Amino acid sequence: MEFKIALAGNPNTGKTTLFNALTGSNQFVGNWPGVTVEKKEGKLMGHPDVIIQDLPGIYSLSPYTLEEVVSRTYLVKERPDAILNIVDGTNLERNLYLSTQLAELGIPMVMAVNMMDMVRKNGDIINIDKLSQRMGCQVIEISARTGEGINEAADLAAKVAKHQQVMVAKHSFDGPVEHALAHIEEATQGMLPAHQERWYVIKLFERDEKVRDALKLPQSVIDHIDGDIEAVEQEMDDDAESIITNERYKYISSIIDECNIKKSKGKLTTSDKIDKIVTNRWLALPIFAAIMFLVYYVSVTTIGTDATDWVNDTLFGEMLIPAADDLMDSMEVADWLHGLIVDGIISGVGAVLGFVPQMVVLFIFLAFLEACGYMARIAFILDRAFRKFGLSGKSFIPMLIGSGCGVPGIMASRTIENESDRRMTIMTTTMIPCSAKMPIIALIAGAYFGGEWWVAPSAYFVGIFSIIISGIILKKTKLFAGDPAPFVMELPPYHMPTLGNIARSVWERSSSFIKKAGTVILLSTILVWFLSSFGWDDGAFTMLDEDALNESILAFIGSKVAWIFAPLGWGDWKAAVAAFTGLIAKENLVGTFGILYGLADAAEDGEEFWGTFAQDFSVLSAYSFLMFNLLCAPCVAAMGAIKREMNNGRWTLIAIGYQCGFAYCMALMFYQFSSFISTGTFTLGTAAACVVLAIMIYLLFRPAPKYNGEIQIKDAADVTE
Amino acid sequence: MTTLRDAQTGKDYEVVKLHGTGAIKRRIMDMGITKGTPVHIRKVAPLGDPVEMTVRGYELSLRKADAEMVEVKEL
Repeated sequence: MEFKIALAGNPNTGKTTLFNALTGSNQFVGNWPGVTVEKKEGKLMGHPDVIIQDLPGIYSLSPYTLEEVVSRTYLVKERPDAILNIVDGTNLERNLYLSTQLAELGIPMVMAVNMMDMVRKNGDIINIDKLSQRMGCQVIEISARTGEGINEAADLAAKVAKHQQVMVAKHSFDGPVEHALAHIEEATQGMLPAHQERWYVIKLFERDEKVRDALKLPQSVIDHIDGDIEAVEQEMDDDAESIITNERYKYISSIIDECNIKKSKGKLTTSDKIDKIVTNRWLALPIFAAIMFLVYYVSVTTIGTDATDWVNDTLFGEMLIPAADDLMDSMEVADWLHGLIVDGIISGVGAVLGFVPQMVVLFIFLAFLEACGYMARIAFILDRAFRKFGLSGKSFIPMLIGSGCGVPGIMASRTIENESDRRMTIMTTTMIPCSAKMPIIALIAGAYFGGEWWVAPSAYFVGIFSIIISGIILKKTKLFAGDPAPFVMELPPYHMPTLGNIARSVWERSSSFIKKAGTVILLSTILVWFLSSFGWDDGAFTMLDEDALNESILAFIGSKVAWIFAPLGWGDWKAAVAAFTGLIAKENLVGTFGILYGLADAAEDGEEFWGTFAQDFSVLSAYSFLMFNLLCAPCVAAMGAIKREMNNGRWTLIAIGYQCGFAYCMALMFYQFSSFISTGTFTLGTAAACVVLAIMIYLLFRPAPKYNGEIQIKDAADVTE
Repeated sequence: MTTLRDAQTGKDYEVVKLHGTGAIKRRIMDMGITKGTPVHIRKVAPLGDPVEMTVRGYELSLRKADAEMVEVKEL
């Protein structure tokens, strides 16, 4: 028989370290159904019949955050055979709050007090026997970092799971509350699941809607219960939910007084001293800027980009692809198969793997910043600047990295806990021009603006401006509205992360990119290769020469859809085709123009065809073309990353659809208004732009729709329940 | 009425009452800010918001808009 142990505890308690130590490499990482919350489980080492289910780090089992809903749904519905509750010994008081809630579930429980090495170092004392007695479960001292006590803790949890020792919570509440709870228990006799009465009775007292709905109690019982609750609320002058919270902390305070002697109280710890400097009113921003410069310099300017360029240009560009070409030639493989393998599959695999080295470098930094405790400080320092646009202070890193490459930028959004902040960041990060968009900017700047210095900065300005506008508009839409997202955040003590944890985090993130994003990228590369290399030559459908792109299926589609872009000033089919090939990699766009203008080997900025190019576009339509391509759907690799991080097909489509729609509107307004100013003629296009502008202004300045909470959380609950 | 919003850096306060309702109130209470809890104001973020405080032996940050829900008295 198989036993399941749920590992539950607050964030920053060393839960991940413990989980890794207990399961080793025997892990399965996925997502909880329908949400972006990560789900991990693994087999307990040395016990093939015991599965450890890692729950998200949570502070409470309230029904308000996604992580809490996911955890409690699991605990109540799936009923693991035991709970291993990990608590931070250096921060016992707040940690025990969750423990009191877990204890009420009636599931056999073992408590592991972690960071005992730190507790002893501080000279503090925890009376384990007393704690065990007051909590009603076995308590064991551990240190996940040094490995002390972890096997004993796991063995103990496995033992209580096998013996099914039902947990009976020892804590009680104030007289009137217990009186009401007894009434509720009586009123619901026989309607509540066995061994879980305490949990349900307390939830009913708290008027927890999710529990009320799930139990489907008769209306008469609900009315009866409400009477009891209201009486207590009047007597204690508070709402029922707050009464319970207060009572829990009261009980915990009494445990702490009895069991925990803190010698270090009031003294400044090393972490406090570091924080005094790092988040100092004057030094915080300069220190932050310096750290960000380092991250950017190493992962974008130097090592990361060099490594990625090497994989793309040297490994694939000079070694694998030519070698495969030679091999195909020597085997006299049919042209179409040759093309499929080399230009479709190998290039597609290259497109996936090319990003990995840079991502690894970036992920090392991110894992370190998160594990050492600085990431929480970034949110603290920048919160004020970002929250107005529905973003988190932590959105800064994805956007900074996104200016180098959008793919690792999007993957960096993983560090944002709040789901709606994270989705908003994923949707807007690629609006910052990445390095692959530089050749497009150089082309437009060179061909139209005489290489003026301000063209590139203006592109960044357009990007930042678009993020701000999008943030404000999206925040007010139904998609993002109503998420409570209170910024009530713990600032954990600084500590040195372990090498193992960093390595594991880097490995998990990189491999999930390869697996989840890789498929999309590969398939799209093959599709675009097919569309651009096949077509009609003299009326017969055949594979085309490289310079015959104008006869391809892609060119055919381009000529059919080009009218869509006419209001933006560039209804020419070449521009549509170029924009489409830009989906593979944005820099392809310049090369495509080169081929279409009959120059197969144009320079990176397309200098050779600036002259011809300038005849097809006007200055205004060229800048509109630039704007559209900067803001629209990013390359397929970035779209793959969006899909991976959204973990949801609908949200992926929303993100990409929004980006394209927004880009279209911006380019339309730019082109139409600037044409109107320069020519003075009011056209149908100008009218359309006016309408778009009016809608956008409305969306920007309308009052935020009424708080209608919990939309997203309800979504999640529907899936998990 | 003094709230945590007006609390001054470096001073100690005691929570008198929590105003407001729903998710945010519950969240603040879950984190240990309940009636009678001592709170020490550590610092204000460089941009003027949020506020960092020590409560029940750990560091918590709260936005001023949310801190306004917590009525306190100076110790």
